[in-house]
Amino acid sequence: MDTSDTMTHDVASIPAMSEVPRGRIAMWWLVASEIVIFGGAVCCYLMFRFRHPEWGALAAHTSTPMGALNTLVLLTSSLNMVLAHSAAERQDIRAACRNMIMAMLLGCVFLVVKAIEYTAEIRQGYTITADLFWSFYYLLTGLHALHVIAGVTAIFFVMLSASKRRHLHRVEMAGIYWHLVDIVWLFLFPLLYIAG
Amino acid sequence: MSTHHAAKPGFLGRYVFSTDHKVIGLQYLITGVLMAFIGGYLAYVFRMQLAFPGNSIPGFGELVPQQYNTFVTMHGTIMIFWVAMPVLLAGFGNLLIPLMVGTEDMAFPTLNMLSYWVFFLSTVVLLGSFFVPGSAFAGGWTAYPPLSADGYVGTPFWDGLGGHLWILAVALEFVAFLMGGINFLVTTINMRAPGMKWRRMPIILWMLVIAVLTFVFAVGPLIAGAVMLLLDRTLHTGFYNPAAGGDPILFQHLFWFFGHPEVYVLLLPSLGIICEIISVFSRKPLFGYRAILYSTIVAGVLSFVVWAHHQFIAGIDPRMSSFFSITTIMISIPFAIVIFACIATLWRGSIRLTTPMLFALGAIAEFLIGGVTGIYLGSSALDIYAHDTYFVVAHFHYTLIPVVFFGGLAGIYFWFPKFVGRTTNELLGKVHFWLTTISFNCAFLPLFILGIAGQHRRVFDYSAFPSLMAGELTMLRQIATYAVIVMLAAQILFVVNVVISFLRGPKAENNPWQANTLEWSVASPPPHGNFDPYPAVYRGAYEYSAPGRSEDWWPQDAP
Repeated sequence: MDTSDTMTHDVASIPAMSEVPRGRIAMWWLVASEIVIFGGAVCCYLMFRFRHPEWGALAAHTSTPMGALNTLVLLTSSLNMVLAHSAAERQDIRAACRNMIMAMLLGCVFLVVKAIEYTAEIRQGYTITADLFWSFYYLLTGLHALHVIAGVTAIFFVMLSASKRRHLHRVEMAGIYWHLVDIVWLFLFPLLYIAG
Repeated sequence: MSTHHAAKPGFLGRYVFSTDHKVIGLQYLITGVLMAFIGGYLAYVFRMQLAFPGNSIPGFGELVPQQYNTFVTMHGTIMIFWVAMPVLLAGFGNLLIPLMVGTEDMAFPTLNMLSYWVFFLSTVVLLGSFFVPGSAFAGGWTAYPPLSADGYVGTPFWDGLGGHLWILAVALEFVAFLMGGINFLVTTINMRAPGMKWRRMPIILWMLVIAVLTFVFAVGPLIAGAVMLLLDRTLHTGFYNPAAGGDPILFQHLFWFFGHPEVYVLLLPSLGIICEIISVFSRKPLFGYRAILYSTIVAGVLSFVVWAHHQFIAGIDPRMSSFFSITTIMISIPFAIVIFACIATLWRGSIRLTTPMLFALGAIAEFLIGGVTGIYLGSSALDIYAHDTYFVVAHFHYTLIPVVFFGGLAGIYFWFPKFVGRTTNELLGKVHFWLTTISFNCAFLPLFILGIAGQHRRVFDYSAFPSLMAGELTMLRQIATYAVIVMLAAQILFVVNVVISFLRGPKAENNPWQANTLEWSVASPPPHGNFDPYPAVYRGAYEYSAPGRSEDWWPQDAP
């Protein structure tokens, strides 16, 4: 696997302690730092949630079918990233790019569905200041949406270079990040939509 | 991209937008030292106000209450986030990690450069906030709501633009240190020279790694908390507003869940510097390498369960207070072990009292006072009386000044010959040390007494409190203020020493202190790329005075 992404000169001569590419190690630390950000926010939400059983009634106003659709969309796009990764390992540029484009499109579908949800909720008066529940709802889903945007952007640049057969190992890195975005959503969906 | 690097970079590429870890480390270090003078100037202004309330301050003029709040807030913010962090973690981390593990640069040099420039941007935002309408943030460096979260119904608190900028600056800084921190971790994990086993690493590398891990895992919840604070300030949500169902104590938990581990993020690199220096200048192996290592790991873990000792009077459950009292007092054990190990390293050593050694010994001696008073404060029964008094102020200055300034200066004097290629003046350095030590103690010992006498923090003018205007208390405040002036003036010696040495100090040898770690085996200053050929490591970092050798040091890369 090619790891010569950022080095200034001959990489082969640099002794490395482990066989694990440094990009992958960095990616996992990035994931760890993201987990504590979302972990902190989710813990705050949970502590309030236990204190406010009446939030169950407010959560009923979120659209579970839309949330479920988005869960399906994100899970499918994660599958695309896995396929892109395995295609990149086989040096199959065409399949890798096709799958990354699918992942990006599904990421965009996710954002569109989320925007439709937000619009409907705001129309009904459930704005970010309507109640603390809605403040948390917009905080958590908003932070997550920002990560979806970041993830789509990252996949876009990885795909651009991959299409020129460059930095193919980065497909895996983008995939790791995209799975994080996916998994965070798997926590948010039940916590904000389903739990009554 | 990578092929262009072969061309010789111009001035900008070599000294400004450089990807060389040594240049980036120096950039962090110099920015931090310059910020220390701004933080020190702010301290001078508000100390003058406290000692001589209402008088015009030489070099500033009349201070009004709102400015006082701004200055106290910014002094704390600057000294923790823009001095201690860039100097100890980013500065020394960048300078030392690639050299000490024996590689040419950080794992991601471009990301490293980006890290510094994001940090630089955060510095500009922070300093710029002094000049916006309403001036810089004035809600305390801990930014507790409701004071920091303006706009709750009927409660107009601090609503200046400076507050938004404060949050933005701190957020940018966290981003910079996350990028740098991930670089530190990957470099140490993956780029050690052949033979550089984990157990052979200089202890400072362990300390830096554990500090970065502590930072990465503590900062997340505060980032979430800062977003919530920003939403409270801008969109008027109610995360911290009890009237809207929120809870201001939540922010205190989020802040101190980060804020307390942060203390150890600063302490560990500094302890690492001290351990290196004490071993070199005692000409003895570091006592109890493994004991120090395990203690540090234990301290890193424990640091996540002590945070609520900052909140004993915030109305938390008394049962919780007992728990946090116990953990707080427990965390002094691993640090006591490290300090004892340092003292045991000195025992029967051939001690050389150079300037860096003096600063390292000073750091240990002074830090003990900070650490021991911390045990008093960790007990909730005493804290309820002492909280928010100058006893606490004296306590944390006795921890942070030895750690940041004594430890930092020790490191600067120690590695100056390596990274600048010239030697500092020993006499000036020793005068600097003694002036700093004496004035530091004269400035902060009185604050313990004032605190026990009931002098509260964050008060603009004590004239309204007759009991605090008693003759001897006023005198103590003035002694402390004069001492601060001497302490700041003493730093001129440091600047003079550094500037003159930089311009025309004697050329430094490769290994002026006869030390073992890898950075001393290359030229001073190390060339771009550091090693040629790459080193191999044969032993740990502390083989001093090994029996049967003619020299009393044994470099890690000597076969």
